[in-house]
Amino acid sequence: MLSVREVTTAYKGLVAISQVSIEVEKGEIVCVAGANGAGKSTLLKSIAGAERIRSGEVSFDGDRIDGTAQHLITARGIAYVPENRRLFPRLSVHDNLRLGSYLFRGKPDREQPLELVFSLFPRLKERLEQRAETLSGGEQQMLAIGRALMTRPRLLMLDEPSQGIMPKLVSEIFQSVKKIRDAGMTVLIVEQRMAECLEIADRAYILQTGRVLMQGKSAELMDNPDVRKAYLGL
Amino acid sequence: MTTATIIQSLASGLLMGLLYGLVAVGLALIFGLMDVTNFAHGEFLMLAMYMTFFLFAFFAIDPLLAAPLVGAAMFVFGAVAYLLVVRFAMRAKANIGMVQIFTTFGLAILMRGLAQYFFTPDYRSINVSWLGGKTISLGGVFLPVPQLVGALVSLAAFGALYFFIKKTDFGRALEATREDAGAVALVGIDKNKVFALGWGLGGALVGLAGAVMAMFFYIYPDVGASFALIAYVTVALGGFGSVFGAFAGGIIVGLVEASTALILPPSLKSVGIYAVYLLVVFIRPRGLFGSI
Ligand SMILES: Nc1ncnc2c1ncn2[C@@H]1O[C@H](COP(=O)(O)OP(=O)(O)OP(=O)(O)O)[C@@H](O)[C@H]1O
Ligand SMILES: [Mg+2]
Repeated sequence: MLSVREVTTAYKGLVAISQVSIEVEKGEIVCVAGANGAGKSTLLKSIAGAERIRSGEVSFDGDRIDGTAQHLITARGIAYVPENRRLFPRLSVHDNLRLGSYLFRGKPDREQPLELVFSLFPRLKERLEQRAETLSGGEQQMLAIGRALMTRPRLLMLDEPSQGIMPKLVSEIFQSVKKIRDAGMTVLIVEQRMAECLEIADRAYILQTGRVLMQGKSAELMDNPDVRKAYLGL
Repeated sequence: MTTATIIQSLASGLLMGLLYGLVAVGLALIFGLMDVTNFAHGEFLMLAMYMTFFLFAFFAIDPLLAAPLVGAAMFVFGAVAYLLVVRFAMRAKANIGMVQIFTTFGLAILMRGLAQYFFTPDYRSINVSWLGGKTISLGGVFLPVPQLVGALVSLAAFGALYFFIKKTDFGRALEATREDAGAVALVGIDKNKVFALGWGLGGALVGLAGAVMAMFFYIYPDVGASFALIAYVTVALGGFGSVFGAFAGGIIVGLVEASTALILPPSLKSVGIYAVYLLVVFIRPRGLFGSI
């Protein structure tokens, strides 16, 4: 479904990811793990069209999408939740969700994904009229994912959904990722918390200083002694 | 000074104030949307007044009928000004604020120059319109009909704008872009389209104002300057970027101007406005309804 081939992205000449290749198949949950500054966010930005790639190729369902404007990539069915979430802070929860379905305005079934969003995150339903900025960190993450789901993506990309969230909500969010996949979507998730991420993912890539260091099935990586020592602290 | 004259003055001040609000709201809208001050706003007004004048002079279209046409034409003009000029100024890598100021200022000078060349510096006026010269008496207060209709047009325009922003998807896209222009692509919105829409709306609103004002003000290439100055004060008073602030600011400016004229000689009628403006700047720099 998604194919990233030998992508290099640089910020003003400083290479952040180099020759990175990853594949995501339909229906998978794929985790990209790595430490601070490994280039995880840059990878997602490069796919989402938020950052221009220097070389390589990104294809989605067989079509090249690198070089396409970011809003058109969203329209093609890739929803991206960036690490700072980028909600519309002074708009209500409801308006944020309604903006998510902007591309389906005028369609009678526009609010159809709302059912899934509320079943995943019931607390959003209770706070519909509240301004987004008044939500807690965890609730803001839920709203960001909810808004992304409203765009009816086939591929959902999450950048460190666990960041700045209290532990109890972290597992709630990871569980919701599984339910999102069960609802028919494909998920690419980027995380520093490798243990939790491997638990829900089918496959994973480990990124180190801008390169893919290792890749494999989650179970295999979890059993790999090097990974256990270096990344899982076991 | 009798009570009657005071009421009379305040009533005309209120009418003028509603028009000032309509002149200023496009400026506030664009500033709120993208932090760009359109220094050519007065020239947009000037162009709208000339459009109204020529529709009248060549096609005998009354300003009242011309108003929607001029509004629509100015919508296109505003959107094109963004797409062809301002958009490129926003791409500046350094000193973006200065680049934007010089760009819209340059646009103003260009428009004025072209107006002087093509329309000549002559003062024009629309001397016979349906409403021109008519007055109406409301409970002993005499109101000039063109100004009264102008005020009603302003109220209608503000009402429509409020509905548009609060109740439509395009309005919500406008608000979202105003919150975080870099984030709207996440929901599939092209921010450039929204910016063009904002400039179009700004143009249409000042276009409506221009059509109405062509009924009772002289039309000449520099006409925008004095009204633009009032518009900047209105917007600063109401709070930069706030649409409701422009409405309230306009009314305050109109009332203060009318009250000043009661006390001071006509040549000093602007003193009151600037005094109030300075007061607001000292006490509440973000304006009365500004949020930042
Ligand atoms: N906008 C930018 N300008 C310049 N350099 C940047 C920019 N964004 C990221 N970088 C650099 O690119 C490298 C990769 O950054 P990136 O944000 O992709 O890492 P990350 O894996 O997401 O890290 P974190 O876990 O801290 O979010 C880092 O060295 C970072 O300093
Ligand atoms: Mg990151």
